[in-house]
Amino acid sequence: MHDVAAHAAHHAPPTSFIRKHVFSLDHKVIGKQYYGLALLAALAGMVLSWFMRIHLAWNNAAIPGLQLLSKTGAPGGLMTPEYYLQLMTMHGTIMVFFVLTTAPFAAFGNFFLPIQVGAEDMPFPRFNMMSFWVTFTAFVVLMSSFVLGDGPTLGGWTQYAPLNAVGSVAGPGQGLGVVLWATSIGLFCVGQLLGSLNFITTTLDLRVKGMSLLRLPLSAWAWFITSCMGLTAFAVLMPACILVILDHVAGTSFFVASNLVINDQVQPHSGGSTLLWQHLFWFFGHPEVYIAIVPGIGIVSHILVTNMRKPMLSHRTLIYSMGALAVLSYMVYGHHMFVSGMNPFSSLAFSFPTLVITIPSTIIVLVQVFSLYGSKLRINSASLFSLGFISMFVAGGVSGFFLAQPSIDIMLHATYFVVGHFHMVMGVAAMFGIFAGTYFWFPKMVGRMMNETLGKIHFWLSFVGAYCIFMPFHYLGMAGNVRRYSTFTDDFLQPLIPVHRFITVAALITGAAQLIFLYNLIHSRFWGKPAPDNPWEATSLEWSAATPPPFDNFGGKHPVVYHDPYQYGVQSSVGDYVMQASPEQVKTEHDEQ
Amino acid sequence: MAKFFAVTIIVIAILSAIPILRHTWVAPEDISTHGALIDEQMSETMAEAGISFLAAQFVLAIFIWKFSNPGPNAKTKNFPGGAKGLVIAALLVVGIEVLALGIFGVKAWANVYLTPPSANAMPIQVQAGQFAFYFRYPGPDGTFGPLHPELINESTQNFYGLDLDHDQDSKDDIVTAEMAIPVNKEIHLLMHAKDVGHSFFVRELRVQQDFVPGLDVSLHFTATKIGKYEIVCTQLCGLGHYNMKAYLEVMSQQDFDDWIKKEAAMQ
Amino acid sequence: MATTINQPPQIDSHRLPDEGHSGNGGWRNPVPADGGLRVALDYSPPASSTGIWVVLFAITMMFAAFTSALIVRKGSSLDWKTFPLPPILYFNTFLLLASSVTLEVSRRRVAAFMGGMKSQVEDPARWLYITLFLGLLFVGGQYVAWSQLRAEGVYLATNPSSSFFYLLTAIHALHVLGGLGGLIYVIRNLNKSVLQRSQLVATARYWHFMGILWVYLLLLLWMKL
Repeated sequence: MHDVAAHAAHHAPPTSFIRKHVFSLDHKVIGKQYYGLALLAALAGMVLSWFMRIHLAWNNAAIPGLQLLSKTGAPGGLMTPEYYLQLMTMHGTIMVFFVLTTAPFAAFGNFFLPIQVGAEDMPFPRFNMMSFWVTFTAFVVLMSSFVLGDGPTLGGWTQYAPLNAVGSVAGPGQGLGVVLWATSIGLFCVGQLLGSLNFITTTLDLRVKGMSLLRLPLSAWAWFITSCMGLTAFAVLMPACILVILDHVAGTSFFVASNLVINDQVQPHSGGSTLLWQHLFWFFGHPEVYIAIVPGIGIVSHILVTNMRKPMLSHRTLIYSMGALAVLSYMVYGHHMFVSGMNPFSSLAFSFPTLVITIPSTIIVLVQVFSLYGSKLRINSASLFSLGFISMFVAGGVSGFFLAQPSIDIMLHATYFVVGHFHMVMGVAAMFGIFAGTYFWFPKMVGRMMNETLGKIHFWLSFVGAYCIFMPFHYLGMAGNVRRYSTFTDDFLQPLIPVHRFITVAALITGAAQLIFLYNLIHSRFWGKPAPDNPWEATSLEWSAATPPPFDNFGGKHPVVYHDPYQYGVQSSVGDYVMQASPEQVKTEHDEQ
Repeated sequence: MAKFFAVTIIVIAILSAIPILRHTWVAPEDISTHGALIDEQMSETMAEAGISFLAAQFVLAIFIWKFSNPGPNAKTKNFPGGAKGLVIAALLVVGIEVLALGIFGVKAWANVYLTPPSANAMPIQVQAGQFAFYFRYPGPDGTFGPLHPELINESTQNFYGLDLDHDQDSKDDIVTAEMAIPVNKEIHLLMHAKDVGHSFFVRELRVQQDFVPGLDVSLHFTATKIGKYEIVCTQLCGLGHYNMKAYLEVMSQQDFDDWIKKEAAMQ
Repeated sequence: MATTINQPPQIDSHRLPDEGHSGNGGWRNPVPADGGLRVALDYSPPASSTGIWVVLFAITMMFAAFTSALIVRKGSSLDWKTFPLPPILYFNTFLLLASSVTLEVSRRRVAAFMGGMKSQVEDPARWLYITLFLGLLFVGGQYVAWSQLRAEGVYLATNPSSSFFYLLTAIHALHVLGGLGGLIYVIRNLNKSVLQRSQLVATARYWHFMGILWVYLLLLLWMKL
């Protein structure tokens, strides 16, 4: 006998409410669930950042209502130093994992990857459903640390050893808080591994007739490359989480050295390796930040092409560059450890690939920017955020030049310069990718258009606001402003407080602007103008599907792909473009590079 | 709106560059013997990064200005040379630039981390613990007494866990809360972590190094200017991290000898 | 000036539809003469084949992380104490490798059964049950090994070496249990006559990998402990 055709496990359309909206096997529902989770997480993370910024700018002021979140952490609304660190840890953890990995990759990827390859679903829908609910559980476990024990862990999202393993003697949240953090993140890893399984097999095995790998849209390539990175990275973080949980509950000493004395008591652990945690964590941690940005690169490229009415200068170059980023991302992780006590030769060794990774990043920016030349650029919310992405990616990327060099890192490590760098690329550029994707794909996902005016207001406030917040972080860092301080007591930090106040005001205004987006999202969902099937006159397979797509995406018919993904600038019966699934023959002026 | 966006990008780029060009917020004056190379690396990197930043933002803005809202009969065209020229430019220009930075930066790094301290460097031990730095001088015998972690007692100020009753070498050790060093004398700093990870950062001295629990690391440096500087902890160590600091006093040799005599008397 | 009309993918005459291989990927979908979409789809590799390689890669990365943790931990301090491995481990190894052999036997028989030679194969699931049984014995044997160590006073936190011993063997055993679940799934599908060959192939690959992984872990523990 020969095998049944390689396609998604056929599943009959769901009938019950639970099957349709809660425990759904449909990748589109799962994608929307991930989006909802990311939205919730983003709001939580943003509110946490407000608390942090207000405290830094007006240290002695009480924040009314904060005592409701924690009586011990903020008595009378006045934040304690430990609570600042706890909020900061949760801010970072929530944002990096539950927003920046979830939205661009899990949310949009789940919804659109199968459609962009022409499949009716992913090949393992039950694992896919499991991946969302495991991720959701991870979120609940993490958030529970706010209300359990003595609060969340205060060790930063990086959770360095031995602070992460010695237990509550080292501070509030360092007992149960760490165990909850590690459990949550361990679960998150499982969820993402299940997701990567589906993404990789979808891309390799479920493409329809005519869809060669090079005919995949750039967003599909980005999701595929990201899922390969995730497979390697999350499979290393999970063991690290297991080891730290064992150090807490089983009396082992993987990370805790001997003869440590806290509160005059010699700690019972012995022989563990402090640096082991950092190696394991950053082996995951560096690819993680590329997991956060690569989908954005793909999504933004995909959107720009549609709005430029011409393909990128070289489709293939962008694919290879994203691939190069993924491969190099494993060789650079030691740049987080230049002054960690690691062998200084290793520091030099890590710095060279770190400098080299500038090259594919530059190529990507150059191809995107120079593809604008000779284009017929359309300005709308999606394209504005995409262009903003480029500007932000450049701004955040150039500070990487500094941090890649160990000698300069001596002055910039653990300062606000680093905080500015990663917020620019992750907190802004990757977020802009999410916004761009939302404005672009919302019509297809729900069948209604978002409000363009509100979208543009959201863009302007976010673009200018983000520069106002994060550019000054770099100046602070160069002046030596150390990070992760709840209060600035050092003499040399006093003159910098006015800068912090400026940043806080900018942050509050920019944060409020995000509520415009939230309003737009909710209002348009129910009362937006009904969307046509292809409002952007785009070419990829998602625009050939109905709006919103039915449960099996293409209504029981498998599309056939006749064209490369970005045939714009042609003369066809529908305009200056021809859709991938259209059998119409057209003439184009643009050769594939 | 496109043209307004283009202008905004350029304005933001220029505004971002102004504080850099005006040196509004910079690192303080270098008082070390090895820092000049670091500062030079910083300036070169700033020039290259700054030019890349401005160039990219400008080109982006110009293209947005020029190619948005085209007329009805506009046709798309490709940048002359296509992607090949850009890839080659990126490989060559950026490649050479970053490799140059990397190679020239090796010396700045090696001066601090890959050279051993000289034989007559003055050893000082620093212990970082939640949430203070304590310094130990070996005293006239030139040797540090052994550490006994079980004897550490904050209330009796036995920060290092010294056994003055049984260890001969510990008897003349001098433990202080402030670090004083003679100017123009090389110091060999021995770094010991008492509990969790900490870090030693003195901006003016151009040194930063983490303390690693279980691994005693060391640094060496020479201060060239008399003055009082701040040592701050830069590795998150708990709730008191923000307040964990000490002062570094660089003094003349004479003043240092007086200081250490006074400290010894107070032990 | 170029045209981009659909170029029909070239028919790859060297590769016959072979469910066992996934390396060729779907991008060489041969287009049959009648243009029938359904047949073309049949030629793409089953997703379980690619999928199982993905899974095995992730498991490899995880154990690679544990291995490097072991090596670093051993070198970071002088407190590593070696201890003799319980001899039952070697017997368990034999059981696990034997189960791989029985699994291969069962694959041949199931293939024959599903290929139409129903009359010549009386109980196609029998060797699968034997494999399952051997797998269960393996896990049981691991438990006996742990009990023996506990009886000698060697627990999880006794020494970093014992920590890694318990950790690695336990996590491996957990994955073996997962493999047993896969075998049960295959047996169930076989008995209901809905088994797809790709499911058996994937499960077999996973199972053999558990054996290879175990031999690696045993070597690692024997060398380092």
